[in-house]
Amino acid sequence: MKIAIVDYGMGNLRSVAKALEHVAPAAQVIVTSDPAVLDAADRVVVPGQGALHDCMREFLARGLREAVERASRTKPFLGVCVGMQMLFDHGEEGDTAGLALIAGDVPRFSSAMTAADGSHLKVPHMGWNRVDAARAHPMFEGIEAGARFYFVHSYYCAPRNAADAVASTQYGIAFTSAVARDNIFATQFHPEKSASAGLRLLSNFVRWNP
Amino acid sequence: MLAKRIIPCLDVNAGRVVKGVNFVELRDAGDPVEIARRYDDQGADEITFLDITASSDDRDIILHVVEQVAEQVFIPLTVGGGVREVADVRRLLNAGADKVSMNTAAVNNPQLVADASGKVGSQCIVVAIDAKQVAPGKWQVFTHGGRKNTGLDAIEWAQRVAALGAGEILLTSMDRDGTKNGFDLGLTRAVSDAVSIPVIASGGVGNLQHLADGVTEGRADAVLAASIFHFGQHTVREAKEYMRDQGIEVRL
Repeated sequence: MKIAIVDYGMGNLRSVAKALEHVAPAAQVIVTSDPAVLDAADRVVVPGQGALHDCMREFLARGLREAVERASRTKPFLGVCVGMQMLFDHGEEGDTAGLALIAGDVPRFSSAMTAADGSHLKVPHMGWNRVDAARAHPMFEGIEAGARFYFVHSYYCAPRNAADAVASTQYGIAFTSAVARDNIFATQFHPEKSASAGLRLLSNFVRWNP
Repeated sequence: MLAKRIIPCLDVNAGRVVKGVNFVELRDAGDPVEIARRYDDQGADEITFLDITASSDDRDIILHVVEQVAEQVFIPLTVGGGVREVADVRRLLNAGADKVSMNTAAVNNPQLVADASGKVGSQCIVVAIDAKQVAPGKWQVFTHGGRKNTGLDAIEWAQRVAALGAGEILLTSMDRDGTKNGFDLGLTRAVSDAVSIPVIASGGVGNLQHLADGVTEGRADAVLAASIFHFGQHTVREAKEYMRDQGIEVRL
């Protein structure tokens, strides 16, 4: 099995690759910016770190749009963090147009949110928070309800169609922490940094046949 | 709800974990990869490596340590020590670090914080602040292990690095570091309330109540400790269970 990790020059792809190699030792994990390699892969992962506008710019500059859109229609496809945000219509960060594969926007957390004790909630939302599945999905198999995953982000995805939201997380508000539609699955959290729960999700991805 | 994080810190000298006792004697505490795995098993939320290697010849050893840990431990890894330029940040991230911490280099050249966060994203940039109390309710930033006063006000400096693009602050009380008397809670709370980014409390942990106090009274988003974990006094899991029993949200 070939798993392609889309490399567009942003962020640390090594941890995603290492985690996939850990859960799928027999798979060939390829970090690539070559559309032909994406076309030939069995599964595609779009990671992402940093600012949405920088990610989209680098992504488009490398001519990856068509190949990633093809993958999103034809094979198991996983977006992570900014790789999830890029799937949406529009991001508030840098007033950025996304790939519009999932309808909705990516607004910023309000800096005026407060916790129960009256202290203000920090932005970025950084650390381990609970992920509550909205419905059963093969990607959540073997993961306990409300398991904690590692997040680090200041913007969150707001899908227009409730059916696209597959999990939510509380941080001042309830926001969508994972989306799923057909063969697309995407998480705001970082499964590759989320210890056993994250490794289980990646292992589910390797076995997922939508 | 977001959990408060517990972060074991490993001081690494030429590839070995060491811990200074009362600032002097460096005790060997073991192999960093083995220790990182143990803390991961115990439920550590992140691990911080501080490279204290003095010899420049041995500088690259930390890269190999990070590479090995990143292949086996799937939680966030922060690495600090000896970071002087953006290229150092990139090298550590490429080796497998998720965040890079800078201290003296940021004081000497605050633009480095902006340049580094602009290149790799704020989420990867931690600014470490070593602070000492100089008057009631007033703390200043020190470098060189607490020997050199920069004259910067710790709260103003924290606000400045946050504005420059730091994603997190690692705040160490030089008055408390190594004392086992607990965090400087006044300092922790003053800085945490003054910035919108997460603050990690550090310096002075001697027992589990100190960790809980850092969160409840210091309003820290995460607590960092070294010696209470290294020498078997407590496991990370014990620390988390203790905090949970105090009503603190933790990942167990």
